[in-house]
Amino acid sequence: MSGPADVEHVEHDEYVEYTDVRELRGPLVVVAGVRGVGWDEFATVALDSGERRHGLVLEVDRDLAVVQVLEGTAGMGRAGTRVAFSGTALRIPVGPGWLGRVCDGRGEPADGGPPVLGGSYAAVGGAPINPVRREPPDEPVLTGVGAVDVLTTLVRGQKLPVFSAAGLPHLELAVQIAAQATCGGEPFAVVFAGMGLTHADAAFVRDGLAERSAARDLVLFLNTADDPVIERLLTPRLALTVAEDLAFTQGRHVLVVMTDMTAYCEALREVSAARGEIPARRAYPGYLYSDLASLYERCGRIRGRPGSVTVLPVLTMPAGDITHPVPDLTGYITEGQIVLSAELHATGTYPPVDPLSSLSRLMRKGTGPDRTRADHPAVAAQLIAALARSRQVRELADLVGRQALSPTDLPHLDLEDGFRLRFLAQGTTENRPLDESLDRAWEVLLTLPDSQLGMIPAELLDAHRPPRNEERDEERYEVQEEEREEAR
Amino acid sequence: MGAAVTRAPAAGPAPEAARVLRVAGPLVEISCPAPVAMHDLVELGGHRLTGEVVAIRGDTAAVQAYEYTGGLAPGHPVEPQGRPLSVRLAPDLLGGVYDGLLRPLAGAGDLLLGTAPDAGPGRRTWRFTPAVTEGTRVTAGAVLGGIGAGVALRLLVPADVSGEVTRLAPAGEWGADAVLAVVGGHEVRMAQYWPVRRPRPVARRLPAEVPLTTGQRAVDLLFPVARGSTVAVPGGFGTGKTMLLQQIAKWCDADVIVYVGCGERGNEMADVIEELAELTDPRTGGRLAERTVTIANTSNMPMMAREASVYTAATVAEYFRDMGLDVVLIADSTSRWAEALREFASRMGELPAEEGYPAGLASRLAAFYERAAAARVLGGATGSVTVIGAVSPPGGDRTEPVTAHTERFVRCLWSLDRDLAYARHYPAVSWADSFSRDAPALAAAHARAGDGEWAERRGRVTRLLAEADRLADLVELVGVTALPPRERISVLAGRLLREALIQQNALSPADAYSAPEKTAALVEAVLTVIDRCAELADAGARVEDVEGVDFTPLLRARETAGPAQTAPVAAARDTVLGLLKGVPV
Repeated sequence: MSGPADVEHVEHDEYVEYTDVRELRGPLVVVAGVRGVGWDEFATVALDSGERRHGLVLEVDRDLAVVQVLEGTAGMGRAGTRVAFSGTALRIPVGPGWLGRVCDGRGEPADGGPPVLGGSYAAVGGAPINPVRREPPDEPVLTGVGAVDVLTTLVRGQKLPVFSAAGLPHLELAVQIAAQATCGGEPFAVVFAGMGLTHADAAFVRDGLAERSAARDLVLFLNTADDPVIERLLTPRLALTVAEDLAFTQGRHVLVVMTDMTAYCEALREVSAARGEIPARRAYPGYLYSDLASLYERCGRIRGRPGSVTVLPVLTMPAGDITHPVPDLTGYITEGQIVLSAELHATGTYPPVDPLSSLSRLMRKGTGPDRTRADHPAVAAQLIAALARSRQVRELADLVGRQALSPTDLPHLDLEDGFRLRFLAQGTTENRPLDESLDRAWEVLLTLPDSQLGMIPAELLDAHRPPRNEERDEERYEVQEEEREEAR
Repeated sequence: MGAAVTRAPAAGPAPEAARVLRVAGPLVEISCPAPVAMHDLVELGGHRLTGEVVAIRGDTAAVQAYEYTGGLAPGHPVEPQGRPLSVRLAPDLLGGVYDGLLRPLAGAGDLLLGTAPDAGPGRRTWRFTPAVTEGTRVTAGAVLGGIGAGVALRLLVPADVSGEVTRLAPAGEWGADAVLAVVGGHEVRMAQYWPVRRPRPVARRLPAEVPLTTGQRAVDLLFPVARGSTVAVPGGFGTGKTMLLQQIAKWCDADVIVYVGCGERGNEMADVIEELAELTDPRTGGRLAERTVTIANTSNMPMMAREASVYTAATVAEYFRDMGLDVVLIADSTSRWAEALREFASRMGELPAEEGYPAGLASRLAAFYERAAAARVLGGATGSVTVIGAVSPPGGDRTEPVTAHTERFVRCLWSLDRDLAYARHYPAVSWADSFSRDAPALAAAHARAGDGEWAERRGRVTRLLAEADRLADLVELVGVTALPPRERISVLAGRLLREALIQQNALSPADAYSAPEKTAALVEAVLTVIDRCAELADAGARVEDVEGVDFTPLLRARETAGPAQTAPVAAARDTVLGLLKGVPV
C-alpha cells in the first residue's frame, strides 16, 4: 500500500457511479463495467439507505474492479449499491489542525468537533524515504519510564515495539509513554492509533491522554473492537500520514503509538482469506512482512529537516508465543523490542519489562554524553550483564542450594529483587526523571563488589561509590530488608 | 546499449499498441499483439513504470512491475522495450548507493515517489592509461588499459568482441561514456550494459582455495571461507546477522564489496552508508566507501525490485571480477528476496510448494549461489566473487524452506545462535551448528603459506568448545563443584576460549578487526594457559585455586592489543602464566 502521492488519472470520469455489482464476498465488492479505474484508487460506495461507505481498489481486471469496503459489506446487495471511484489513492488533509482532536479509525471526528481540514493533502500510503536521505537516529526520546529510558532507550526516528500478552498492562504502558514522552524541550507531538480496543480500553486511553490532548500535543485515532474490522487497515496509515506531516513539514518530533498490531494483522488476514490468496504461516498472507514494513519503515529522520517520526507499535503475542508470525516479523523489521513478562507481572511489578529479552538496537547512538548522561551506556550494559548472571545464579541455587554457590556468585543472588523493587517498579502515572532512574540503577549495582562491575570504567565507579561507611551500609541494608518484607 | 543486448525491431506493419489488461499490485497483465520475449522490459502507463515480462500466454503477457502501480488502469498504454533488464556498469558504481535496478539514489529526492531516478552521465573522469597499442589484435576480456580509481580498475575488451585495436585513446582523464578504444569495429567505453539475469562468462572456473580473511575470529578460525566460495548466515531476529555482515563488509580483505540491503531496515542502510563514508580502508588508505557498491532496497520500497536486486548485485560483482579483482557480494537478506518470489508466484496463481513458496525456490536459490566463483577470467587473470547471504528464518525455525534449501547449496554456514546473542556473546556464530566445507582446502593453503599448525589449532579449539558445551549441560544440573578436577578445567577452558578468543567487540577500534597474526597469537596464548591449568590440576593443585586466578589480562588481551599486534597478547599470556605459578601444588 505504499506509493506516491500523485496517481495517474487518464480517461476517467469522477462522477460516474457504477451499479453492476457482480459479487459480494467478505469485505469485497466486485463491480463490472468500469472504465479507467486504476489500482489502489479510493472509492465511495453508496447504499440504498443513503449510507455512504469507503473502499480501496484491490484489483482491476479489464472491466472488473475488486473493491475492499472499509466499513464492511453488511446490508449491501447486488441491487441498490452504487460505486464511484475518485481517480486517486486515498488522500487526507494534513496539518496542525489534527492536534488536540479525537477521531475514529477512519479519521472522522469522535469529539463532536467539525471535520479536520488542512492546507494540504497527503496520500495515506506514504512514500518510502530515500535511504541515502535518511539521517541515522542518535538522540533520545525520554518516556519517564525508568526501565525504558535506562535499559531500552527509545531513539528519535526508531521503531521499537512492545511485545506483550493477554492480561499484561501493555495499554497502561503505552498510555503512560504517550502521556509522558518528551524530546528535551523541542517541539513534540504524539499520534496514538488504537485498533480493536474495547470500549473500556478506549475510555482509558482518552482519560489517560486527556491532558496531552488539551495541550494540543496529541492526535487520537480510536478504532474499537466493534467497529468495522477492515477499517483497522486504514487507522495506522492515517496516523502515520498525519505524523509525517507534523514531523517533516511542521518540524516536530512525533511519537506514533500503534496498539494493538495483532488486531491489525488479523484484519489483513481476513481480507487475504476473502480474496482466496495462498496463505503462508498460520494463514497470514505471504506479504505480511512487506505490509508491516510499509508501516514501521515510515519512522525516521530526513537530512536537513528538523522533525522525526518514532514508532512504538504494541502487540499482544497470541498465547504468549514470540515465534507467532506477528511478533516474529515485527521483530525482523523493528530496531529492538520491549518485552513484557507474565512472571514479573505476577510479582505485582509495574511495568513488567523483562530486561534480558528487551533490547533497543539504536541505544548505543542515542545515549551517553551530550545525549543522556556520560555513565548511561556503561550502567545499562553492566545492569543487564549482572541481571543475566543473577538469573543463572538463582537457577543454580534452586537446584543445588545456596551453599554450593561460589563467593562471586552469592552477591548476585539478591540482585534481581533489588532491581525489581528499587529500579523497575514505578507508578502508572509516575514520570520519573532520567537522572533519578540512573541513580536507582547505580543503587542496585552498588550492592555488588567492585570486582563484579568490570564493565564500568574505574573512574565512573569511584565517582559513584560512596565512601565506605559501615553505618550507612547497615542502614541501607535495613531499609532494603523492610521493603522486601513489604513486597512479600 | 551494448551490442549484446539490443534486438532488431520486428519487421512488418506497425502492430497494434500493447495495453494494460489487469492490475493486481505488482502483477500487471498486458495484451501484446507484437511479439515479446520472456524477461523483456516494458514500460507501463503514462508514468512509464518499469516492468519485466515473466509469462506469456497467447497474445497476453504477465509483467512484474518494479514500481508502485497505483493508478495504473486497464487500457493504459504499454511500450515493450525489446531488451532484457540490463544495468549500466561503470567505475562510478564504486562509492555509490543504488536502488534494486541500479539507479542512483543520490540524485533522488527525500521521498521516492515512484518515478525512477535516472542515471545521468556523470561529470566525473578517471585516469586512463593504455596497456596496448593501436594495431594489436586482442580477444574478449583482454586488458586495453588501466583506470585509476580508488581500486585499480581495467578497461577490458567486451565479452563478445575481438579483433584489431583500430583506435585507442591516449593516456589522460576521461569520462565513463567516452569512447576509449575501437576494437574490431566496436566502440569500447568504460561504461557498458549487461543483462542482469545472464552470468558474465569466464574462461574457466578454478577451485576455491585462497582464504578470504574476514577479520572476524569466529569465522577465520572456526569456519573459514575461501575466495569464490558461498556462505549462508541464518539467524533469528536480534542474533546480530546484520552486524556481522557489516563487519565483514568493512574489514574483509577483498578488493570490492557489493552490499545489497534487500528488504531490510532503512535506518540500518543509512548507518552503513554513513559508516563506510567515514572509515578508512586499512589497505589502501582511501575511504572504505570507495571500494563498496551499496544497493539499498529497503523493506518498504517496491517489492519486486527486491527480486531483481540480487541479480543486479551479482552482475556488478562479476563486472569487477572480470578485471581480475576479488569481490565479496553480501546479500541481506535472501529470505526477503524469497518472499518476493512467493508473493509474486501467489499472485500469478502458481501452485504453492512448501509454505506457499513456489516449487522453483530451491533451483532459484541454487542458481543464485552459483554466481559465486573463483575463476580464470577471459583476459587470463584470476578473480573471484564470494557470495555471503543472510537468511532470516521465521520464528528462528531452521527447517523452513529458505533456510533448509540454502544449507544444501552453500559451502559454509555461519549459524547464529539466539542463546549466544541473548548472553551478549557476539558474533553469535554457533560452533555446534555451523560448518565450513572449505576448511580442508584452506588448511592446505595455510600449510603452503608456512603455517602448518593451522588445522591443528582449529581442531583443538573446536574440540575444547564441544567438550565445554557437553559439560555445561551437566553443570546446570549438578553445579560445577560436583565435577572431577579435569572436567572443571574443561569448563574453565571453554569460558576462556569464548571470552578471550571467540567473542569480538565490533565497537572497539582494537578488536573490531583481527589480523591473522593476532588471531593466531590469541589462540596460542589461550591454549597455552589452558594447558598450564590442566597440568596444575593433574599435579594435584586445588581446582578452586586455579579457577580463582585472575585471568583478566588474558580476557582483555583482544582489546589491549591493536588489530594486528601480537606482543601485547604474548605479554598477557605471560602475566597469567606468572600468576598460575603462584598456585600451590
